Amino acid sequence: MSDLKRTPLYDLHVSLGAKMVPFAGYEMPVQYSLGVMKEHLHCRAAAGLFDVSHMGQVILRSEDPEVAKAALERLIPQDVLGLGEDRQRYGFFTNDAGGIEDDLMFANRGDHLFVVVNAACKYADVARMRAALEPAVTVKLLENRALLALQGPKAEAVLAEHHPMVAEMRFMDVATVPIAGAECWVSRSGYTGEDGYEISVPVAAATGVAQALLAHEDVEAIGLGARDSLRLEAGLCLYGHDIDATTSPVEGGLTWGIQKVRRAGGDREGGFLGAARILSEITGGAVRQRVGLLPEGRAPMREGTLLFASAEAEAPVGTVTSGGFGPTVGAPVAMGYVDAAHAGIGTALFGEVRGKRLPVSVAKLPFVAAGFKR
Amino acid sequence: MKFTEEHEWLRVEGDEVVVGITAHAAEQLGDVVFIELPEEGTTVSKDDEIVVIESVKAASDILAPLDGEITEVNEALVEEPGKVNEDPEGDAWFFKMKVEDLSALDDMMDEADYKKYIG
Repeated sequence: MSDLKRTPLYDLHVSLGAKMVPFAGYEMPVQYSLGVMKEHLHCRAAAGLFDVSHMGQVILRSEDPEVAKAALERLIPQDVLGLGEDRQRYGFFTNDAGGIEDDLMFANRGDHLFVVVNAACKYADVARMRAALEPAVTVKLLENRALLALQGPKAEAVLAEHHPMVAEMRFMDVATVPIAGAECWVSRSGYTGEDGYEISVPVAAATGVAQALLAHEDVEAIGLGARDSLRLEAGLCLYGHDIDATTSPVEGGLTWGIQKVRRAGGDREGGFLGAARILSEITGGAVRQRVGLLPEGRAPMREGTLLFASAEAEAPVGTVTSGGFGPTVGAPVAMGYVDAAHAGIGTALFGEVRGKRLPVSVAKLPFVAAGFKR
Repeated sequence: MKFTEEHEWLRVEGDEVVVGITAHAAEQLGDVVFIELPEEGTTVSKDDEIVVIESVKAASDILAPLDGEITEVNEALVEEPGKVNEDPEGDAWFFKMKVEDLSALDDMMDEADYKKYIG
């Protein structure tokens, strides 16, 4: 694994008994000694600590902060200008065809914007932002900060022991908070469906902060394996699987992430790549739709499983894009795309697994209710 | 007990062979969430894919270790696949089979050989 990068927490992962695997160019912990199932359940019951330092942390800065906000609005279909100070929002870079180039979180930090993008896309995202935003806006990929996520119903109590201010934060609030002596940028967010925080930490302090959090009896280290089943149960998209350059935000069920001001009839309607397709799909509907899928039996329906309208039908009506066992649901769960005619909740379909057509029904997302502190 | 390179263990009980997967294999697979067993009475040939086992990570197959006939399968595993992680070399056996020639087991690894094999 010599070509792979390591996060600042590499040695800590190894000392905790992590099984390291290559992921998006990094050696990352897929699981620790607890194993995927117990890690998943622990995060839903108490609190889990994740190393997500492989993700890209980017600062956008301009002399007049409004310039950077307006510039970012040309790359994403979100309301950036209207985002309050110290608030964060979910967004996505689109392309000319209305597909999604990556999904991201962006925060208004007053004199700058703080953006977090996926590891596998981060260099492309930075290049995209530099090409579109420079020289009026500087785009800086931070190599000197690690990123941790503390997730689960006990996350607030655990982090509040380090600073009481975090208990006052609401979902998607952002603040600069000292934790274990380090200047941390904390957002009340995450990608597990649980309440929790993402914590940007200076590299030099990363291991110390992680150890301070892990020292709490309610906190366990959680690997990428459980991160995947947690976000799947929460109905959250994994870029490159559930959304990609060919799926539009409307097909992906992400219309909620496009604020009214950027939609048809809004004050700042369109003005982003792919607006023609995306805005027309918001009003007219998309030809296919991302849906939740509940297999009836115990066999997981994994990514790539073809979906059919009947046990005999020759042409598929959809494909699974993420699927596996949901430890909290206690059964297999999946997401995928189906033709709009088959996207209604409760629609009976068949997934082809090892040559057999097995019943599966279209289900409401998320599979596990979100625990966000709104 | 005898072992195969496919990480199965075989235990002779009378004229039958009981088959499961090793603790090492169970650990490598991770938490097992789904098992599909063959029908009792099925005639199998060595290396036929007869059991599907899925963990939180991936799906894999268990191969028939010998020619023979499946005489009994462990239905309890279908309801509780996690038993494979709890007691892989005991309660969580997969199937029993009748084989023509028990001497075929003589060429298989014993426990010491298997330990060396998995290093």
